[in-house]
Amino acid sequence: MSSAAKPTARPLSPHLQVYRLPLTALLSISHRITGGGLAVGLVGLAYWLTAAAVGADAYAQFQGIASSWFGQLVLFGFSFALYFHLCNGIRHLFWDAGKGFKIADAQRSDKMVLAGAIVLTAITWLVA
Amino acid sequence: MNPSNNSLRSPLGRVRGLGSAKEGTHHWWAQRVTAVALIPLTIWFVYSLLGLAGGDLAAFTGWLSSPINATLMTLVVAVGFHHAQLGLQVVFEDYVVGHATRIAINMIVKFLCYGLGALSIVSILIVAFGR
Repeated sequence: MSSAAKPTARPLSPHLQVYRLPLTALLSISHRITGGGLAVGLVGLAYWLTAAAVGADAYAQFQGIASSWFGQLVLFGFSFALYFHLCNGIRHLFWDAGKGFKIADAQRSDKMVLAGAIVLTAITWLVA
Repeated sequence: MNPSNNSLRSPLGRVRGLGSAKEGTHHWWAQRVTAVALIPLTIWFVYSLLGLAGGDLAAFTGWLSSPINATLMTLVVAVGFHHAQLGLQVVFEDYVVGHATRIAINMIVKFLCYGLGALSIVSILIVAFGR
């Protein structure tokens, strides 16, 4: 096999580090990432409910953390992740039903999911 | 048009319908059922949080004393943690190398999810029923 060391002009499969993911692929992995983030966020939900059951001091301590700049930042991220996962999850249910698989349809629903998540997050924090 | 004539699956395998994962579509289906349930639950949850933001414990206790609110909050916790552990299981199955490590991580995550879920539900009941 003396030809093994020869450089080849064949096309290589794209490597993750040099391949710019299309938006559809970016949203796909984002569904997993936000899902993982939301699972971590559920710990915060458990903390909130437990603090309420423990008593007024524990509840005040939770509120102190939640209303700090760090707590607000986490809550903002949680809300966006929740809305994104909700919108993209609804899209997944349409895909499960066999609808919206054409590339043009998927690219349009990309934008609908992103717009839905951004608008819902904005409305939530404008009301809050 | 008899499918048994051009299928690689044995007749017994097709009747059992469980596939290589040995549990059929149960995991997939459970994730879809919990996902659909979480659509209205999530909207209710966020809407409720907006009303509760900044309130003190007395306000929260009063709100959670309503049977409807206590029930829906219990469902948010139960369905939410169940959906989370189903999803995390697939992620770890995909990315964790090593059979023993994968099983161990999945068990720990499931114990944590159900443990925190139980803690949350007990806390809801304590607040709802009053001490």
